[in-house]
Order: sequence, then structure tokens, then C-alpha cells
Amino acid sequence: MHMADALLSPAVGGTMWAASAGTIAYCSAKVRSELDDRKVPLMGVLGAFLFAAQMINFTIPATGSSGHLGGGLLLAILLGPHAAFLTIASVLVVQALFFADGGLLALGCNIFNMGFFPAFVAYPFVYKKLLGNNPSRMRLTTATLIAAVVGLQLGPFGVVLETFFSGISALPFATFAILMQPIHLAIGIVEGVVTVAVVSFVYKARPEILQGALAARPIDNHPLRNVLLAFLAVAILTGGGISLFASKNPDGLEWAIAKVTGNEELAGPRQGVHGALAAIQEKSAFLPDYSFKKPAEPKDRVGDPAPEKKNEAEDDLGTSMAGIVGTLLTLALAFISGFILKKRNKAV
Amino acid sequence: MLSIDGVLLDFKRLDSLATGDSAIHRLDPRAKVLVTLVFIVTVVSFGRYELTAMVPFFIFPAVIIGLGNLPAGYIARKVALLCPFALIVAIFNPVFDREVLVQLGPLAVTGGWISCASIVVRAALTVGAAIILLAVTGFPAICRALERLGMPQAFAVQLLFLYRYIFVLTEEGGRVSRARALRSYGNRGLGMKAYGSLLGNLLLRTWLRAERIHMAMLARGFTGEFHTRREFRFGGRELVYFLGWSALFITLRLQNAPRLLGALVTGISR
Repeated sequence: MHMADALLSPAVGGTMWAASAGTIAYCSAKVRSELDDRKVPLMGVLGAFLFAAQMINFTIPATGSSGHLGGGLLLAILLGPHAAFLTIASVLVVQALFFADGGLLALGCNIFNMGFFPAFVAYPFVYKKLLGNNPSRMRLTTATLIAAVVGLQLGPFGVVLETFFSGISALPFATFAILMQPIHLAIGIVEGVVTVAVVSFVYKARPEILQGALAARPIDNHPLRNVLLAFLAVAILTGGGISLFASKNPDGLEWAIAKVTGNEELAGPRQGVHGALAAIQEKSAFLPDYSFKKPAEPKDRVGDPAPEKKNEAEDDLGTSMAGIVGTLLTLALAFISGFILKKRNKAV
Repeated sequence: MLSIDGVLLDFKRLDSLATGDSAIHRLDPRAKVLVTLVFIVTVVSFGRYELTAMVPFFIFPAVIIGLGNLPAGYIARKVALLCPFALIVAIFNPVFDREVLVQLGPLAVTGGWISCASIVVRAALTVGAAIILLAVTGFPAICRALERLGMPQAFAVQLLFLYRYIFVLTEEGGRVSRARALRSYGNRGLGMKAYGSLLGNLLLRTWLRAERIHMAMLARGFTGEFHTRREFRFGGRELVYFLGWSALFITLRLQNAPRLLGALVTGISR
């Protein structure tokens, strides 16, 4: 469920970057002020643990497929929300650079989806609340399970929202959500079961590790409120700044907003399963009208991202040819220049 | 199935590329990080039906691969393997967007296919840029550059710590996983029960390691930051590098170079 650069608009990517950067700054200050320097190596090594654990697979009973630990909630339970958020974020930075999971602009989205939701929503509001003050084994299991599911429902929903507001993918909102959420319900349950297994193993073997985490003062609502306020402020500031920029070039946020508000025919039925099916039907019904004749001026796209592209559709074959020939030539030039530079480099 | 050892080997290979010594490698990492960010932002700022105008951006990875003496085939393979999620979503575009945008004689190209191709090109460019940044800069240098650019120090320390121990713990994870595989027949023993205690064990060992590391660090007088000998300087070369590439990206963003070139060559103009 890594969000990808290719599906992002700069406005959405930038806003999420700002949100994640703000949360990282807040958590760094928080971890600093705790003055528990035992945590510094612990966070680093646990990040590496998470990294390794995500590569070890297990078979899921009755399905034959395999899964692995995500680990966001596990880290929150072991380290507390602030340190866990930093650790998850650092793992995602490494994954973005070495495995290009998602990409660099999407990093903000990914840190938010996979770090913020488990550490600052699922952990304090679901896990802590359900666990109560006097945790029994049963409560620990239920709380972990439900918190894992909640975290893994919010994360993919974030992906759906970010994809939708970027407007690069043509997937309708409802359809994408219907694709993502049930899959992640299953993933969430598996994640919960695995987290319970690991936590109870640690609890049996070295209870003092968890004792620290369980007995830590109950989370009051202030830190989260601060995070949310800071996040909101940063998001509004950058979102505003970037959308100003975006409104000069007709793309990104403006386009997304135009798509949301400007055309009723597409936005109207976009609610629930019903709407999604209707949208598919509508689209397939368009087909006979459009495939055999040249399209009329597209009526339903306000603030079109590439008007020249549309015009090209009405132009003669020649212009398209010119575009294609030019593209191939440019591509060839780009590669040849790299090749020549490399040759020269070797010769020197 | 990709084995953990295989992944680790690949990881180390990519990591070792940064030890190269070329004009690009020697630049201040801040310049390289900033240029990569400008590159990615300009690429993703294209509209969804833009395809041809994005192609000239391949000049950046091509030139850096050339100047930085990177293995082109290896990077191309990595890029090709690494955009599955974008592709999965992109493949829905032709299904949902069936308006014909370009008519090539009898062949009608719908908006969905154009935007699908556009997503693939975007993915190749952005993923390629990230890998190339890593290959010419190296992870620790990127962390230091980000720290200089305002990333909180606690997070920089966390990233450097993580980087140091990833190799150790992934090797350990690989050994544990291989041992489990050797002891399980068919699918027996690969299930969730063994997995829970396996990870729990790994976690406990990790925890104990962290305690040892902490004591070792205290013994050596750790005060909360890593010191490095190599200092970077953002000088004239970096400024030229940054401004030159940024100007090129912005020009390419505003002008559709392939169309101009195509019109020039075929002699067809509007």
C-alpha cells in the first residue's frame, strides 16, 4: 500500500510532505525532551529489526498465500507513539531510497499513512482505550487486534484519498475504496494476530520490556491535539502556497477541485457501491458514441490539465505524427548523450 | 520468491555504487538532493494526459548515469522491477477513461491509454531519479544533507543508526528464516504460530543488542550526534549544477520540446 510518485500531484505530495515533516519535527523534539538516551540505539536497532522482519514471510492458514508483519502498531506498543513514529518514518526513508517503494515525493504520504495512523490514532485512541488501566491477557489480545485493523483501514483510505485528490489515476473514488478496504481488512486481521503473537511471546519471556510500555502514564489528549493543530497549520500554509502556484498552471489541486465541484455528472453518483456501478455503466455506455467518430469538444472537463493535447485530437494525422517522431528523437538524443558522456568518462 | 539474502546482496550493491569517485560523486550532497527534488516535482506537475513533453526529462538520468559512471543496465533493471503499485493502479485508466484523444489513421487512442502510459513514464522517471540520487550520493551523505537543510537532528541520528544496523539485522533475519525453512517440510512450520515466536525471539535479541550498544556508546562518550571527518562545501560548482538543472527542468516543463523537434524534422506545423 505504498503510495507512488507517479500517482501524485505536486500539491497533494507537498501538503503531505509538510504534514509528515511537521510531525517528525514534533516527535524529534518530544523524544529529545524525554532525555532517555537508552532510546536512541533502541529506536535505531528496532527500525532495522522491522526492516528485517518485513522480509520474513509466513503462510496464512487456509489461503496458501503468505504475509509478513507491518509492524507499525508493534513499534508503538514497544516504544510509545513519538519514538515509534520516528522509527517507522526512518524505515520508510530507507525503503524509498533503496527499494524505491513509492518514491521521494510520495514519502510524505507514506510516512503519514503508515506512521501517523498507527502511532497517533490506532495506538492512543483504540489500543490504549481498550486496554484500560488493568490489562488482562484477553483485553491485550482484543485491543491489539482491533487497533491493528483500525490502523490498516485508515492507511489505505489515506492512499485512496491522496490518489483521488491528485487526479492522475482515472479510478473513481468509490471503486478504488471498494478495492482497497476489504483487502486491508484481511491484512489488518493478520497483522493483529501476528502482533498479538509477538507481544505475548515477549511478555512471557521478558515481561519487564512490556511492563515499561504498559505502565507508562496514560496518554492524555494534549500531545495529539498539539500534533493535529501543528499539522493543520502546516497543511493550510503549504496547501495554500502550493495551490496558489498550482492555479497559475492549470493542473494539480485546481484540476482536482474542478473535478470534484465542476462536473456534476461524474461527481454526483460517486457515493457507495451503487454510485460506482453506475459510474462504470455510464462510462461503458459512452463507448459507442466515442470510438468511431472524432470527439466533440469535451464538455465535462473544467480546467483541463492539457488543453493542447485535447486540441491535438481534432488536428490532422500530421500533428500527431510530428509529436511521435519528435518524442522518439528526443528519447534517442537523451540516451545517446548519456552514452557519449559515459564513453568519454571511461576514456579519461 | 525473492530470498532475503538476494535482497540484501542487491541492497549492498546499490550501496556500494556511492563509493565511486566522479565529478558528480564529489559534489556537495545538498546540491544533488535539491536537484532531485526539483526534478521530481516538475515531472509530477505535468497534467494527466501529458506524455510527449515528459520524454525529454530522460536526459537527466541519462547524463548522470554517464557522468557518474553508473551501471546503466543495472539501474534500468531496478527501475523496471520497481513500479508495481503505480502500474496496478494505472492499468485501470484505460478501463475507466475511454474518450478517444488521438486518431492515428484507423487506430484510436483513448485518454485512458495515454494517461496509463503517462503514469508509467512518471514512475520510471521518479523511481530512476531516487535510485540515481542514492547511487551518486550514498545514504549517510543524503542524511547529512537533509540535516543541513533543516531535518531535526534526532531524526538524522535515527536514520544513521538504522542504516548501520540494517545490514546486521537483515543478515540475522535471513539466517533465522533459512533455519526455519530447513526445518519445515512443505508448509508445516511456516505458519503463524512459529512465526510469532520466531519474530519474538528476533525482537528480544534485537533488544539485548540495543542495550549492549547503549553501554558501548556511553563508554565512548556519546553525546547525541555522529561526528564525521568529511565536511562538504556548497560552492560555485554546486550552484551551477543546481541552477543549470533547475533552469533546464523548468524550460522543459514550459516548452514541449519533442513537438518542436518533430515539427522541425517532419516539416509539419500547425
